[in-house]
Amino acid sequence: MSAIFVILEENGGHISRISWEALAAGTALAEQTSLPLHAVVIGSSTEALAAEAAAKQVAAVIRIEHALLNAYTPDGWTSALHQFLTANPATYVIFPHTYQVRDYAPALAARMNQVLIGDVTGIAAGPVFTRQLLQGRLNGSYKHASDGPCFVSVQAGAFRADALAVGSASVTTFAPTIEPSQIRTKPGAPFRASAQTVDLSSAPLIVSVGRGIKEADNLPLVQDLAAALGAELAASRPICDNGWLPMERQVGSSGQTVAPKLYLAVGISGAIQHLVGMKASQCIVAINKDPDAPIFEVADYGIVGDLFEVVPALTEAIKSAK
Amino acid sequence: MKIVVAIKQVPDRDAPVRIDASGKWIEESGLQFAMNEPDAYALEEALRLKEAQGGEVIVLSAGPERVGTTIREALAKGADRAIHITADDLGTRDALGVAKLIAEAIKPESPDLILTGLQSEDLGLGQTGVILAELLNLPHASLILHVEATGTGLKVKRELEAGWFQEIELPTPAVLTIQSGGNKLRYATLMGIKKAKTKEFRAVSAADLGQSSAPTVTLGQIALPSKQRSTQILSGSAKEAAAALVEKLKFEARII
Ligand SMILES: Cc1cc2nc3c(=O)[nH]c(=O)nc-3n(C[C@H](O)[C@H](O)[C@H](O)COP(=O)(O)OP(=O)(O)OC[C@H]3O[C@@H](n4cnc5c(N)ncnc54)[C@H](O)[C@@H]3O)c2cc1C
Ligand SMILES: Nc1ncnc2c1ncn2[C@@H]1O[C@H](COP(=O)(O)O)[C@@H](O)[C@H]1O
Repeated sequence: MSAIFVILEENGGHISRISWEALAAGTALAEQTSLPLHAVVIGSSTEALAAEAAAKQVAAVIRIEHALLNAYTPDGWTSALHQFLTANPATYVIFPHTYQVRDYAPALAARMNQVLIGDVTGIAAGPVFTRQLLQGRLNGSYKHASDGPCFVSVQAGAFRADALAVGSASVTTFAPTIEPSQIRTKPGAPFRASAQTVDLSSAPLIVSVGRGIKEADNLPLVQDLAAALGAELAASRPICDNGWLPMERQVGSSGQTVAPKLYLAVGISGAIQHLVGMKASQCIVAINKDPDAPIFEVADYGIVGDLFEVVPALTEAIKSAK
Repeated sequence: MKIVVAIKQVPDRDAPVRIDASGKWIEESGLQFAMNEPDAYALEEALRLKEAQGGEVIVLSAGPERVGTTIREALAKGADRAIHITADDLGTRDALGVAKLIAEAIKPESPDLILTGLQSEDLGLGQTGVILAELLNLPHASLILHVEATGTGLKVKRELEAGWFQEIELPTPAVLTIQSGGNKLRYATLMGIKKAKTKEFRAVSAADLGQSSAPTVTLGQIALPSKQRSTQILSGSAKEAAAALVEKLKFEARII
């Protein structure tokens, strides 16, 4: 019988948080379709991970296990899952939208003549899948229009992991056939760039600057604002990519995660990769000339205007209020 | 080393977005277009590899007539020649459909390396490069910041989440999807712009590549997103809005 399979990922020896969110998305789909929900763990030693998954309300847990799956490689994961999904027909295959999933799920789907519906933020009746377009400026609704399995990955934070019910599922093992020659890439161990000298995560106040600042020469404008507030200066990725500020000041999925009392975003559009790094802030203020900029979706206070006028005025107002 | 770089033309970041009459895409008339940002980094990486190793850089782009300007820009920056897959109906194809077109156009070139951006700024699929690797049966690595030729293959630096990185070794030919920020981008020089006009610019139609299978995933409606928090917009002149914000931060949010 066909089923929903949720592919769980490991992080630090445990099932990662976003994987539980993917399981929550799978649970929502199971309710909509009445299909059984199965959780899948992959690796060379998956017993503990499988036990964690089996304690949730799922119909079954499958361990896909092979010695050559000891480190993640796109070839290993694609081959193992392809074999599994060929032997076990799926209606839906759900993934967390992580860097790892981005690296192999599109190839896996293509191998089965399908297309991954990636980075999904919502599932409505149909099912209709919502995903962001134009860096979060628009939402698009997508449908699967084929007989084969429907591959979906879900965005971090889009589904609630804490609503998962407990259970005690049975665990089975699937042993794929993988030859060493099939694994064409050799991954090295993860490393960090350099010792961080700024710890943005403990700063109570942060002024963060984005591409709206236009040029490095304009940075003193926001530096003055940060100084007046007594805040740390942070930035969106393009500012650091351009080398205008060091990478350690970057906030977002590939930078630091912060949750200050105040996060003041200046000329930042609010792409999801930025939002995941700061949306837990207590109070978010956005200054942006575009009233439809996605940053306003998470802001408590907003000023729609030209930052080159607003920021100096704000710096003055703060100085005189102190 | 023979390198193909897939570049996509996308609406300019600062362009206003208006939903068109069909409700399925944005109004394109009057829009400014630009090279997808990670693709500019992919081109930069390719040009640097060529400068270090010798070889050839071929840029490839699929899209309507207008993408010619973005292709010219890549030629002006230093690419040696270009392939334009002419297609007015890309919007009706899914990621696999577009990747099949690109793969067909690449096959006769047999390059040593294929670079794409990691993600397009309009559709944001983040898939095309990885699908290309599957279609061409080549090894791949994604989210790459730096590429080094080792003689037997490649050593690449891959970005992981939250400030972590990883090195990966892989043989060529290979496909890499490039993340932004690995290099400093060059500008086209006046000389480069002049030379671009004489470079080979070949057009091949999507129909000639013979790839048009029915999409397995379709985009229905597009819409403006709904707000998660209720934002208080502070209006007035810059000075008035600034003063209002300070009031709010002091007495309502009690932060300063
Ligand atoms: C895998 C991956 C990882 C990523 N990781 C990160 C990350 O960790 N952190 C991160 O930030 N991004 C990250 N990104 C990039 C992210 O997708 C966005 O491209 C980026 O956040 C955009 O930065 P921005 O808002 O500064 O620039 P833009 O999107 O260009 O926005 C500039 C904003 O400034 C406004 N503006 C322009 N001029 C003015 C003016 N005069 N006055 C007021 N407002 C003005 C515009 O309206 C616009 O909203 C990642 C992307 C990918 C694919
Ligand atoms: N129409 C296209 N023409 C050329 N390259 C493309 C096209 N669409 C996507 N790509 C490449 O694939 C990358 C990822 O795009 P996407 O999968 O749409 O996010 C882009 O950065 C480009 O390098």
